Amino acid sequence: MGQSSEAVIQARSLSKVYRMGEVDVVALRRVDVEFYAGEFAVLLGPSGSGKSTLLNILGGLDVPTSGAVHYRDHDLTMGDEAALTEYRRDHVGFVFQFYNLIPSLTARENVALVTDIAPAPLSPEDALALVGLSPRMDHFPSEMSGGEQQRVAIARAIAKRPDLVLCDEPTGALDYRTGQLVLEVLSRVNRELGATTAVITHNAPIAQMADRVIELADGRIRSEQRNARKLAATELRW
Amino acid sequence: MVAALDRKLLRDAWRMRGQALTIAAVIACGIASYVTLRSAYSSLLGARDAYYETQRFADVFAHAKRAPEYVASRIDAVPGVALTEVRLVETVMIPVEDLAEPAAGRLIGIAPGGPLLNAIFVRRGRLPEPGRADEAAILETFARAHRLEPGDTLPVVINGVRRNVKVTGIALSPEYVMAVGGSAGQEFAPDDRRFCVLWMDRDAIAPAFDMKGAFDDVTLRLQPGTTRQGVIEAVDSILAPYGGLGAVGRDRQPSAFFVDNELRQLGSYATIAPIIFLAVAGFLVNLVLSRVIHLQRSQIATLKAIGYRGREIGTHYLQLVLLIVALGAAAGTGLGAWLGAGMLRLYQPYFHFPAFDYRLETRVVLVGVLASALAACAGSMAAVWRAVRLPAAEAMQPEAPPTYRRSILERVGLGRLLGGSATMVLRELRRRPLRAALSCLGIAFGVAVIVVGAFSRGALDTIIHIQFEQAQREDMSIAFTEPLDDRVSGSIAHLPGVLWVEEVHAVPVRIRNGHRFRETVVSGLAPGGSLRRVVEWPGRVVEVPPDGLLLGDALASTLGVRAGDEVLLEVLEGERQTRAVRVGALSHEMFGLTAYMSLSALHALLGTSAAASSVLLAIDGRFEEAIDAELKRMPRVAAVVRRRDVIRQFREQSAESMITTSIVLTLFGCAIAAAVVYNNARIALSMRSRDLASLRVLGFTRREISAVLLGELAVYVLVAIGPGLALGKGLAVVMMSSVNQELYRIPVLVTQATYGFAAAVTLAAAIASTVVVRRQLDKLDLIAVLKARE
Repeated sequence: MGQSSEAVIQARSLSKVYRMGEVDVVALRRVDVEFYAGEFAVLLGPSGSGKSTLLNILGGLDVPTSGAVHYRDHDLTMGDEAALTEYRRDHVGFVFQFYNLIPSLTARENVALVTDIAPAPLSPEDALALVGLSPRMDHFPSEMSGGEQQRVAIARAIAKRPDLVLCDEPTGALDYRTGQLVLEVLSRVNRELGATTAVITHNAPIAQMADRVIELADGRIRSEQRNARKLAATELRW
Repeated sequence: MVAALDRKLLRDAWRMRGQALTIAAVIACGIASYVTLRSAYSSLLGARDAYYETQRFADVFAHAKRAPEYVASRIDAVPGVALTEVRLVETVMIPVEDLAEPAAGRLIGIAPGGPLLNAIFVRRGRLPEPGRADEAAILETFARAHRLEPGDTLPVVINGVRRNVKVTGIALSPEYVMAVGGSAGQEFAPDDRRFCVLWMDRDAIAPAFDMKGAFDDVTLRLQPGTTRQGVIEAVDSILAPYGGLGAVGRDRQPSAFFVDNELRQLGSYATIAPIIFLAVAGFLVNLVLSRVIHLQRSQIATLKAIGYRGREIGTHYLQLVLLIVALGAAAGTGLGAWLGAGMLRLYQPYFHFPAFDYRLETRVVLVGVLASALAACAGSMAAVWRAVRLPAAEAMQPEAPPTYRRSILERVGLGRLLGGSATMVLRELRRRPLRAALSCLGIAFGVAVIVVGAFSRGALDTIIHIQFEQAQREDMSIAFTEPLDDRVSGSIAHLPGVLWVEEVHAVPVRIRNGHRFRETVVSGLAPGGSLRRVVEWPGRVVEVPPDGLLLGDALASTLGVRAGDEVLLEVLEGERQTRAVRVGALSHEMFGLTAYMSLSALHALLGTSAAASSVLLAIDGRFEEAIDAELKRMPRVAAVVRRRDVIRQFREQSAESMITTSIVLTLFGCAIAAAVVYNNARIALSMRSRDLASLRVLGFTRREISAVLLGELAVYVLVAIGPGLALGKGLAVVMMSSVNQELYRIPVLVTQATYGFAAAVTLAAAIASTVVVRRQLDKLDLIAVLKARE
């Protein structure tokens, strides 16, 4: 599914300052950005450019120092911790660089963690089928390869039928071939479920599979461009 | 369908099963100690109250020399008295064949149909028939000890005349729940074989004591809301002309007094013991859960990112704690019920109730479980709160390396003397001083519990040494039915095999200082006597002053007097003189409310010629049987007590309960020490496996890295033992202080052997638990540990 013009989430003049001991570290400087329904966006930037901070704030894991974030017609910056939790619970799916699976739970149970609390979820089995892991459902994380673990994490992120899937360096810990496979799964899920997907990476070639590429540097958006032609994940080379 | 988060809970619990089990064991000890003591306590209390109620145990007891029947109606007219019952209570002697010396008997003359107050519980057979002077119902314990059944015949020396009495029934009475009140020496150890109560028909037996139309004992039931003291004073003034010995309330009735005291002690143990275990359990939960939550930082962050609420995550970890509590509660309740029933069985030989049912009230279990759940939750609060508050975005990042500082030893320049391992151990201790202190305290509690369990065995030997080797040194003591002059002791002295004879004159008195008074006995001792001496803790012989009283300090403090003060001595027998006497000195003895005078000073005070209520003998063992036979023939001999029997009885009675207590508490103490050491070791291993693996890669041997890890624990254990021993002594003091001070004042003696035992057992428990962890350390997978992301 391609993009529509409706913004699912919108950030205005977003700044984030961390206090590290005696010094202030500015992670975001007055960033304006929005993501549209169903689009596949890539945020590109070197480490320290502020992309993880931006993702965390958009996902309701962190709050900005100043500025506003709107999810549809909700002002996320007005809500408290409980409101942010509800937002994540109902609307956001996260995929992390290090998968962050619960090691004591099998693939199916890791997905069930989400389906247990989401209002209208997929079944864990369906979610795992979407990422091609039906045969590995009852394996523990320690019994799976990195790519398989990341696909479980993706299944877990999409099982709640989120409006927003936020992926923080999803291929960062994977080799080339496995990374490609994971990106392929992300792109297929984006097409089939229509969830707005934002992937952050420092790996520039990945940007070629996006509808839109936003480049960050030093806490600011340096450029934004639409790809005339999206590459399939299998066509990517890095 | 089990929720995924609950599956995580169960799997986490299974993964940390070693730690969970040790904590559950400590919780189980806490609940078990509470359930054991509390259920035994409430079973005994229930049995006692039901017994007192159904048998209408009297409120006030008074004894006199001889009062005419009509005096009873005057007592009945005292305001507040609901029911008055008069009777005869006499001392008799029972020369049973299977005892060398006669047993002491208490003959109670009852109305036909049995008394209304202190009603007799007839186990088998029946009460004596009215008019029969040769029938008696007898106390069950004595009947059992001598295999007597209804229909058997018992020889009884009644007022100097030997009669054969037919046993008609086997009975119990609320007055003799504990068979105290036998002869001298039995106050320490009631001896079922040597003490019997005979209930006989009062009218039929009265002539034998010249008590026709008279009584010498009265029991009263009071109306609800009446103050006992007022009635006691009124009764005393009515009975004074008739040789009243002073009325006492039910709280000072000998059997009830002992029973109350035992119960109070049990009740206070039931509070102290569980608190220790639950405090340690709380600390361990804190220790372990803090670590679990630390290790699961990124899992918590993930759960939050997925959308779990802080409350749900907090509940998740509390459930983990409650699972451990549930495990401990199940084991502890089971163990407690078993031990409680066992403990009740230990009381069975001493508390003579008609029914002895073990009752485990739901309330007791609930309180125990609830208290441990609270302790564990309190211990987990800080850690759970950290999990609830953990900022998700931050928790995704690896933690900053922990801060270390140089230890004090290094800062004073001793650093170069320490090896690398020792330096790491010291810096680790320096970094977490509170955890180190609490761990030491936990182990110290383990040591202390073992000391408390073991100290009584060592103390018993000391008590026996002082009381029966220093103070009471006679081979035999012979009590007379009434005070006799020195011709009798002279004739006993001439029996073959008697090496030495000393007279003792015990006079029942009320000692008064202003409005404070106590009934007791003044013992007149032979000056310079060697068989009966006043020995105070820790083994000093106190000379009885030539004139004036030597008062035990417990009695002195009850009366509020000091050496040099004057007290009033109201003699409660004979001519009932009242004399002012100076307190010559005080002594610090272990048992009872004691008062002594020199024999001659006592005689001078009473204005009597030489008289003795009993004599003490040192004998040549080869003549023992011959002496027994002679004594049995003497009608004025009321009771013969052999020191050997008293010591044996004392030891037997104490031994079983002491050994049981000691074993249980030693196991409990080990559980604490092992749990603290094991959990610390596991956590240290988990926190530092990366460091240790790095050391191994650098070329350290297994032994060397074990030293780094286990050195810290060795420091805990070694530091804890000393304070633990002191803490044990302190706990023993607290527990002993719940004993009635008028009854006994056993100094808390912890022998070197006990200290050594406690220290050795703790070390063994600590070593055993480190061996388990050491084996895990040996299996450390170097590559996996180093590759794993913290």
